[in-house]
Amino acid sequence: MISILNNVEEACAIVLFGIGFTMLLLNRNLFKKVVGLNIMDTGIYLFLAAMGYIDGHIAPIIVDGRTNPHFYINPIPSGLVLTGIVVSVSVTAMMLALTIRLYKKYRTLDLDKIYAMARESE
Amino acid sequence: MEFFWNFPFISIILSLLCAVITFLLKGGTAKRLTLGLNLSCIIMSLLTVIRNLTLGEFTYTMGHYTAPWGNEIRAGLIEPLFAMIFSVILMLSIMAIREEKYIEDSKLNLFFVMSDLIQAAILALAYTNDIFTAYVFIEICTIASCGLLMIRDTGKTIIAATRYMIFSLLGSGFFLIGVILLYDITGHLLMPNIKDAVTVLWETGNYRLPLYITVGLMVTGLGIKSGMFPFFFWMPDTYGYASPDASSILSGVVSKIYILLLIKVIYSVIGAEVFFAMGIQYLLLVFGICGMMTGSILAIREKQLDRMIAYSSAAQIGYIYMGIGMGELGIAPAMLHITAHAVAKPLLFVSASRLSAVSGESKRFADLAGSGYRCPVSGACFTIGALSMVGIPGLVGFSSKLYFAEAALEAPMSILAPVLLALAVSTLLNAAYYLRAVICLYSKGSRKIHPDETDKERPMFLISIIAFSAVIFILGIFPGYLMDIIGSGLEIL
Repeated sequence: MISILNNVEEACAIVLFGIGFTMLLLNRNLFKKVVGLNIMDTGIYLFLAAMGYIDGHIAPIIVDGRTNPHFYINPIPSGLVLTGIVVSVSVTAMMLALTIRLYKKYRTLDLDKIYAMARESE
Repeated sequence: MEFFWNFPFISIILSLLCAVITFLLKGGTAKRLTLGLNLSCIIMSLLTVIRNLTLGEFTYTMGHYTAPWGNEIRAGLIEPLFAMIFSVILMLSIMAIREEKYIEDSKLNLFFVMSDLIQAAILALAYTNDIFTAYVFIEICTIASCGLLMIRDTGKTIIAATRYMIFSLLGSGFFLIGVILLYDITGHLLMPNIKDAVTVLWETGNYRLPLYITVGLMVTGLGIKSGMFPFFFWMPDTYGYASPDASSILSGVVSKIYILLLIKVIYSVIGAEVFFAMGIQYLLLVFGICGMMTGSILAIREKQLDRMIAYSSAAQIGYIYMGIGMGELGIAPAMLHITAHAVAKPLLFVSASRLSAVSGESKRFADLAGSGYRCPVSGACFTIGALSMVGIPGLVGFSSKLYFAEAALEAPMSILAPVLLALAVSTLLNAAYYLRAVICLYSKGSRKIHPDETDKERPMFLISIIAFSAVIFILGIFPGYLMDIIGSGLEIL
């Protein structure tokens, strides 16, 4: 219990990952699936950002000529978060494009109904 | 010889550059550019293999930032060899596409943008020495393959693309959190540094549970994406609904490249000793054997040719995971089977699409009867591919099964018995549905091409399927040379 309280960000991140993953896997509504995908990715980024943060240190941008690394937080996780955000934005765009196309064809967002309609037309 | 060091990087950058240029070109020019790109990637990978056979592996530091800070590319023997094999298959699949049939003219260049991106992903996933770069290229590969699927704008292909996308995203989500946890406990992103740290962690016994979870997450993620046993249910819909060009590239190259990455993760990130000491391979063995059985049984029940081929993909991926599950003995046969399946499956998809075209675009067995006479070359090539998948001697499918059996004989009894039994049963099952398909092609039926099909076989298509068949024969008769390279490659991976 205490270890969870000490690592509250990480615990939160894993819970978010679980919520997002379950939504992406089980929810039948396409749009909610996209939301789930984003929650899942956000969980991962929270985990990364929390990992790289060191209490009391500042963002790794050199001001006042202080080059001693002990003033700054670990910059690599932040860089990974930025890369990850770029990836998840493009994937989200792709999923939304697919959703729009499916909605235009079948006039519903429910995946089960879409499968049923596709099977009927076979 | 230092100039050779640039080849992996040049080929990756060239592929990305071509993807951008292709976007601006017209369809026909785009196709020629893409084929040229594939050819140059093949040549560069081949030269790298030849160089490394004599001079050994090399590591290319990007921008001369040394480890553990910079990003690296590494080329041993496995990396350029499989980059070459996958590029050859991608090129032959692209040569076989019949674009006028499935893709609108205005969208044709977009198809080649996607295939260029897949070429880049093949090379980058094969060569990269940085686990996060691998993740980024996994996502590029996902987006590109989804683009390939949805380029034919019918309701079914969009459903196929959506389904594929959802499963891929679940897989890459698992892989990403695995990478992050690994970074958390080791503090590195470059594969050799992670391997050193993991070895120390394993010896001291620290972080045992996180290590298990990390490896489990990464294996599951790549397993979902490549179609391992409990997760293969996206396959039949995706490959069955998509156009044959997309399914041949997806089944031949994309699902295999994730397995190659998994093998790289096992050897260069976790370290083979630690991985096989963990015991995760026994799960893979069970899943692999289950996949072989269920895939084949579902394929037998299938009434449509392309869905049957798709279910057989699930079975063949089961073989590969069974090989990985057998431990270090099984990895080299598994890699030979990756090649065997990667060559045969696109051949089956493209020749089946031609066979169904001469039968009035029907994929049901009843309508395909006698199509082998209507289109002799496709019929013959389909037969060669099918026989190779069954495992007839002289074809590459047989040699990989033989190596599986040989590897099993050296393994302890608990692995030997299930593997040999699974090989025997699944060969029978494979024979049941593939021979039924081949017999159907050559049974009684009209010998005239269906009146709706007006165009003749184009030379590019013929060259492609004949080249596929030739590769199946050559690798089937001389598998030893490839196995030697794979064996010495695994030692330095």
